Amino acid sequence: MAREVQRQVLALDVNGERTELLLPVHKTLLEVLREDMQLTGTKHGCELGECGTCTVLVDGKPELSCLLLPLQVEGRAITTIEGMASGSRLHPLQQAFAELGAAQCGYCTPGILLSAKSLLETNARPSRDDIREALAGNLCRCTGYVKILEAIELAAGRMA
Amino acid sequence: MTDRPHPGAGKGARPPHKWGGDYSVVGKPLPRVDAVTKVTGRAVYADDMMLPRTLHCRILRSPHPHARIVSIDTSAARRMPGVLAVITGADLPIKFGILPVTQDERALEHEKVRYVGDPIAAVAATDEEIAAAACDAISVEYEVFEPVMSIEEALAEPKDERIQDYGGPNNIHKLVALEFGDVEGGFARAGHVREDVFFFQGNTHLPMEQHSAIATYVDGRVTLWSSTQVVHYVHRALSKVLELPMNRVRVIGAAHGGGFGGKTDPFAHEIIVCKLAMMTGRPVKCTLTREEVFYAHRGRHPVLMWVRTGVTREGRITAMHFRTALDGGAYGSYGVASTFYTGALQTVTYDIPAYRFEGCRVFTNKPPCGPKRGHGTPQPRFALELHLEKIAHDLGINPVELKQRNFVKPMTRTVNWLRVTSCGLDECTERVMHASGFQHRRRRPGRGMGFAISSYLSGAGTAIYWNDMPHSEVQIKVDRGGVTAYCGAMDIGQGSDSVLATIVAEELGLQPADIRLVTADTDTTPIDLGSYSSRVTFMAGNAALEAARKMRASLVDAVASKMGCEPAAVTVGDARIGDFSFEEASILAEARFGTLTSAGSYTPPKIAGPYKGAGVGPSPAYSYSACVVDLDADARTGLVHVNKIWIAHDVGRAINPLLVQGQVEGSVYMGLGEALMEEQTFRHGLHKWPSMLEYKSPTFLDMPEVETFIVETVDPEGPYGAKEAGQGPLLPVPPALASAVYDALGVWVDEVPVTPEKIVEALRRKEKGEPARYGPLRFPNIPYPETIKVEPPPNKELDLAAASTI
Repeated sequence: MAREVQRQVLALDVNGERTELLLPVHKTLLEVLREDMQLTGTKHGCELGECGTCTVLVDGKPELSCLLLPLQVEGRAITTIEGMASGSRLHPLQQAFAELGAAQCGYCTPGILLSAKSLLETNARPSRDDIREALAGNLCRCTGYVKILEAIELAAGRMA
Repeated sequence: MTDRPHPGAGKGARPPHKWGGDYSVVGKPLPRVDAVTKVTGRAVYADDMMLPRTLHCRILRSPHPHARIVSIDTSAARRMPGVLAVITGADLPIKFGILPVTQDERALEHEKVRYVGDPIAAVAATDEEIAAAACDAISVEYEVFEPVMSIEEALAEPKDERIQDYGGPNNIHKLVALEFGDVEGGFARAGHVREDVFFFQGNTHLPMEQHSAIATYVDGRVTLWSSTQVVHYVHRALSKVLELPMNRVRVIGAAHGGGFGGKTDPFAHEIIVCKLAMMTGRPVKCTLTREEVFYAHRGRHPVLMWVRTGVTREGRITAMHFRTALDGGAYGSYGVASTFYTGALQTVTYDIPAYRFEGCRVFTNKPPCGPKRGHGTPQPRFALELHLEKIAHDLGINPVELKQRNFVKPMTRTVNWLRVTSCGLDECTERVMHASGFQHRRRRPGRGMGFAISSYLSGAGTAIYWNDMPHSEVQIKVDRGGVTAYCGAMDIGQGSDSVLATIVAEELGLQPADIRLVTADTDTTPIDLGSYSSRVTFMAGNAALEAARKMRASLVDAVASKMGCEPAAVTVGDARIGDFSFEEASILAEARFGTLTSAGSYTPPKIAGPYKGAGVGPSPAYSYSACVVDLDADARTGLVHVNKIWIAHDVGRAINPLLVQGQVEGSVYMGLGEALMEEQTFRHGLHKWPSMLEYKSPTFLDMPEVETFIVETVDPEGPYGAKEAGQGPLLPVPPALASAVYDALGVWVDEVPVTPEKIVEALRRKEKGEPARYGPLRFPNIPYPETIKVEPPPNKELDLAAASTI
């Protein structure tokens, strides 16, 4: 029962690094990031586009990597959590999340940080409602979202 | 930020609170020790682990809720290229289960399946798709039975056969009947007696991380990394089922993506990957799909409740009779404990002079229920709080006042022998009343406020399996200025690693970041029973405190000897011990004493009452919470919009107020989800909505503002006075919400979740002149056994000096 798997060579631009990969065409971006590129900072909660955990940025916009095929994002700038800090210097959002306890189990944190990064790049001083709206697709079961809101506001204030 | 000023600051405001008193790191809102790891995506969760040559495992599960397995044919699956092993129940026949009295599960069932999702066969293959295809190629022949899907059906004669071959009659799993004090006399003395029936629907933990486990087998030893809350209990189950001595099995807790009680049982997939690793000689990993997580469950039991209470005309409770019926699902899990918990803690918040409890758990053909945040106590808390509200309305007494009149007092013993030490109920109530303006709220139709209180354990006072050993142990090693603390405790996101580091740092005059931690590894760390029953801060914290104080004494001794002074004259702090840096002091001490190690352990006091069943309920200390919910409810649509929640939590002492706030806020969130929308329900044995989209949980848009007050009562036995924070604050939220709906619309929804259609239906009944409520009408007839009558403790006042004697 040998399976016919179609493969394709793709060049992905992830966190500013271009990598060529030979990939089965049906593999999702989530799987490729985690399994072929060892970028395991991107997590998964449902693999059906429901929880927001696997959020990455594509050309700066949040996208669910579990619903994307690498072919769709070839040549576009992909940012994962591994690309958020500059070397050992944390992004102000990461700093604020650490200081205010916005990460508990930490599993939804990468996706939420990237959604928040995208928000602050288009809206430097978002209101609480703007933040709620932008983050509504990212579920978190630990924090009740309270410290996450506070941390995004703190980071926005520092970045302004 | 961590001590928000009292909103009523000004007239009568209290002086600013100094967290931690005179401590240097205890009480400070420091970032968690793994904060940077987590915000950079570097925490390694079980599914992130990729060991060389790892095989992938998929599990074939039952599509039927109740069936006998006639035959299993795995031959086609075995022939598939890329498949290295296929196993069935015949390969893992030994039963296991979390409680010694209910060893009723198999990693793979080969005789009978009891719920949709029961595991039947497992495949290890070179990739996950091949493993899934191989599962599809396994053919199973079933003799399908009529499923038992409700408490009522479980109480009746089974149409086919019973789900389990123990318990009974019919599909009853466990029956309990206890009476403390003179209940009949209490009702006779009452000026008013009221009965109510309530229902709390089941719901699930929904951790963001799907369960995952990866195992290796090298040199005759199995190593398992798993997303578990309890490495020790997994260790025991693996040893039993794999028939390996404990010293040949190692369980390591990977970074943990959320538990809430859902990863507190040993699970089939954890055993299966070990077995497959032993057979193939290669690492084997299994990560459950989200759908499988819904079926793995072990979540909140659906509980039907009946309560009858007698009160004086002034509202003082004279007697209470509480009945519960739990829908347990197909296996025992923690169910015996859950059953006792539905009756245990009523007395810990209210002074009930005579109390009778009858509990029943039934088996049904659904995923097994077990512990979820608050384990067995949110359901009776919902019933009790609303029941007392209704009594207050009957008597024309303000419900808050009626509850306050009955609050337990610190340093007392309850009628069912539970020991209450510190108790901040009064202060918690005062804080939320003051901040919310509850008593002076402006009345308008559709707006309401509700109030409720609760209490929870700081760790179960008895272990899951009977033994006299400590519940938690900590070792400390100091070597050339480096400090390492070892403890079996598992950080599931609640911050137990930070608590350990903070306590050790406090005693040694260092910062938490200076302490290296080795935790949750059965080979390298001494025991801790795990992250359940809110036990870690209290128990591992006390063990860490003892170990750290011993280490401190060695360092101080060596320094005192060098300085030629008394040890008492040596100061510790700011990374210095006496005249020396910490590193210099450690070198002096190592030169003097040799290898610098110390150990501490914690065993809870033996405080269980003198009766069978007394093991569930005792805790060395109880936390207390009070909550006010403010909401708008639309009479036309039944939609509820929560405006704000105030919550005060008596944590004894906040070792880290930032983390305590996080636990309180997270508990409020989870309680709100249960109150408004979360439900785990089934149709013909199938979960109605096993996906994160359709199983509704609160999003950013649903979450109201939460104002948290941390109340510190400094418990006499907690580490620095600390008690639990992670579970108690969930409990008052559902009743406070239902009570606020009554305040807004004048209808009772005596059932969780409080959904719009229930509100609309209650309003429709009210309009028709029927009772203005939605909820169960009756409690079934249950063949409870003869009640065990227990004499109340002779002294209600507690003398801690003599406490160890009971």
